[in-house]
Amino acid sequence: MSTQKKFRLDGREIPFEDCETVMDAALKAGEYIPHLCHNPDFPPHGSCRICVVDINGRHQCSCTLPAAEGMDVDNSSEAITDKRRSLLQMLFVEGNHICPACEKSGGCQLQAVAYHAGMLSPHFTHFFPKRSIDASHPDIVFYFNRCILCGLCVRVSKDVDKKSVFSISGRGHRSRIIFNSPSGKAADTELAITDKAVSVCPTGAILPKHLGYETPVGERLYDCKPISVVGDVAQHLAVKKPSIDGTPDE
Amino acid sequence: MSEVKRFIDESLAKTGEQPDLLLQHLCSIQQRFSHIPEEALQLLSSRLQIPKVDIVSVVYFYAFLHTGAQGDFDIRFSDNITDRMLGNQGLLEGLCKKLGVQVGKPRADGRVAVNLTSCTGLCDQGPALLVNGIAVSRLDENRIHKIVGLVEAGIPVARWPKKFFAIKDNIQRRDKLLNDIITQGSAIEAFVVKGDEALLKSIDKSGLRGRGGAGFNTASKWRLCRDAPGQAHYVICNADEGEPGTFKDRILLNSYANVLFEGMTICAGIIGAEKGFLYLRGEYLYLREALENTLQERRDNHLLGKSILGQEGFNFDIDIHMGAGAYICGEESALIESLEGKRGIPRNRPPFPVTSGYKNQPSVVNNVETFVAAARIAVFGSDWFRSAGTDKSSGTKLLSISGDCERPGIYEYPYGVTIRQVLEDCGATDTQAVQVSGPAGMTLPPQEFYRKIAFEDVPTGGSFMIFNRQRDLLEMVQNFSAFFCHESCGFCTPCRIGGHLMDNLLEKVRVGHATSYDLQEIKNIGQLMQKTAHCGLGATAPNSVLDTLEKFPGTYSTRLLNRSYEPAFDLDAALEVSRHLTGRDDEAAHIRYER
Repeated sequence: MSTQKKFRLDGREIPFEDCETVMDAALKAGEYIPHLCHNPDFPPHGSCRICVVDINGRHQCSCTLPAAEGMDVDNSSEAITDKRRSLLQMLFVEGNHICPACEKSGGCQLQAVAYHAGMLSPHFTHFFPKRSIDASHPDIVFYFNRCILCGLCVRVSKDVDKKSVFSISGRGHRSRIIFNSPSGKAADTELAITDKAVSVCPTGAILPKHLGYETPVGERLYDCKPISVVGDVAQHLAVKKPSIDGTPDE
Repeated sequence: MSEVKRFIDESLAKTGEQPDLLLQHLCSIQQRFSHIPEEALQLLSSRLQIPKVDIVSVVYFYAFLHTGAQGDFDIRFSDNITDRMLGNQGLLEGLCKKLGVQVGKPRADGRVAVNLTSCTGLCDQGPALLVNGIAVSRLDENRIHKIVGLVEAGIPVARWPKKFFAIKDNIQRRDKLLNDIITQGSAIEAFVVKGDEALLKSIDKSGLRGRGGAGFNTASKWRLCRDAPGQAHYVICNADEGEPGTFKDRILLNSYANVLFEGMTICAGIIGAEKGFLYLRGEYLYLREALENTLQERRDNHLLGKSILGQEGFNFDIDIHMGAGAYICGEESALIESLEGKRGIPRNRPPFPVTSGYKNQPSVVNNVETFVAAARIAVFGSDWFRSAGTDKSSGTKLLSISGDCERPGIYEYPYGVTIRQVLEDCGATDTQAVQVSGPAGMTLPPQEFYRKIAFEDVPTGGSFMIFNRQRDLLEMVQNFSAFFCHESCGFCTPCRIGGHLMDNLLEKVRVGHATSYDLQEIKNIGQLMQKTAHCGLGATAPNSVLDTLEKFPGTYSTRLLNRSYEPAFDLDAALEVSRHLTGRDDEAAHIRYER
């Protein structure tokens, strides 16, 4: 005789299997926990901290936390949302995120999660870092102003594409993405437009070239429905050829 | 064949070609060439089978590794608050001026570079610096003057006056741990006689808890590790004594290394490990040779190696791995990553190292002092140990005392000693505050000097920095904040960004440009970091700011502007360019602030 193990998320009972995280079980049950560095197709990372939840006063990241019987998880109180909002605001001031001028706007997970958390302004003092654009690759362009250091491209290039095109260099607020090439440029890496790593970026930091503004603003992924309904941008990108704004390529 | 290739070939032949030795090779290359040449990156990438990009990211992670040549003399000036209190900034300025060099920029002729570095563990005999990795203590103008002469004359560091490198143990108070000398091998003999289960019970009964600060029960940790399934088990000694103000492991490594290795060996016997590591912070490079000699002596005496003390199947040996200037590697899972040759990013937990540590195998990670205490308990028994300390904190604790007192140094006390007693003993007067357990610890005002050093009251890894009433505590807080910004690994959002935001806000307070709104911002950011950071570094980084805001409000309030909000930038300062361009500097060309 087996009994289904359960925990509570905002009062609702969520069933789970052994070895599942709170995030896994919640997503499976159709409950949305905001996240950026997490992609359910890959092992959890736990760096962005956006998926923080409150369990008996302790704050933990739901993407790395193993689910346990009887847990009482707070995923949507104002206190938790407030913390997520602050973390998002930090990500916004760390880079240079000019949404109106970004082709990813409307199909950007960072922007969509910020809307979901009710973020109305960046609040903190902007770092205004001087970051470059690498447009050396024939098919892909890198806007480092929009990188939030989630590490998804690094992990996926290493573990899925088996190429190790990227790494994170430096430490602290000097951390940055670097390329595996003698020149340090994207063009001299083994990166191809068909690589999985190209389609996992939750922001507009990695974009395909030659595809600008295919979907009009107003009809993009998150323009009509919130991310809690639509889900991650990476899920909506066609495997064969990713499009900029997150709309599936027919 | 190039010199770089020859050196790397030798290094690989001597140390090995396993990818987890990457950091060790990088340390040797840095030491030999004062940087990691491009050729070395390529050679290591092909020989160790690691993508070059990952090697570059490791180089940029560790503060002691550089891609640009530092020169014949690579000088790192220790910049802990205790160095500052002893006047390191004036000395640094003098050194740079005389050498004609700027901090962080190697001199064009390739002779010398001067950089700042976090606490070097010489707070009781500072100010200090490292030259080509070797510590020079007790800096004063005379010594700086001589160093300049030696550098300009190109005299190799090996031929510098011996007294420059004399580091004293400086033990001011001894108790159980430092008093009772045990003979070499006696703890291992006790282990062989008693057997692993009986010895583990004895350590359990002694109540020994981890001396690094967190205070996990040592016997429980060893038992959990022993019982965890794995292909191999590992014993790891955390000698990455990086908490600013701490230097007690320096003494243990210098004068009690045999007892330490004894402790590691009995741990190996209990958990069934054949391999151990001493992870030694890069700042303690000067201790390495003696430690290697001690290890060899122990091998010669059958206390390490195959069939220890003639016991069939009792095999254990210890490798020394160097750190390279990364405080975060004192966090046990980051330390393990570093042992594996990677960037020191703390792992997600669970799983904990006791079940999945080095190479994902069960591993015990303990502080130097913990292993020393365990060896003592093996010989003298649990009652001996329990007779000192409190109910929940048995035994004694080594305190590294520095700052404003007459007799800085190492003080060993039974747990339960009050802050006041410690201050009296070391000759501290007119004390404004004590920072216990380093920047990550607590800031205690005089009204809390009745409190006790103990896990249940004021826990500590050993750092004890004293500030008298002449000191500006904001200087301390800013030093700590800059330290945490520099040492943040950058993995998680709150520490990477929050720490930097907080550092900027503290500077806003210092220059008299902040309002009460900014203090609330500092509190909010600090609390967010405490609650949401990935590891202990980020969670404890705001402690001294939050403590001083609460307990020393005057440090902040006297500097505030009397208005509700003030932008982050200084409007008047921003007009400086315009003033310069227009050639105006009259009153109307300024925006003045009312206090």
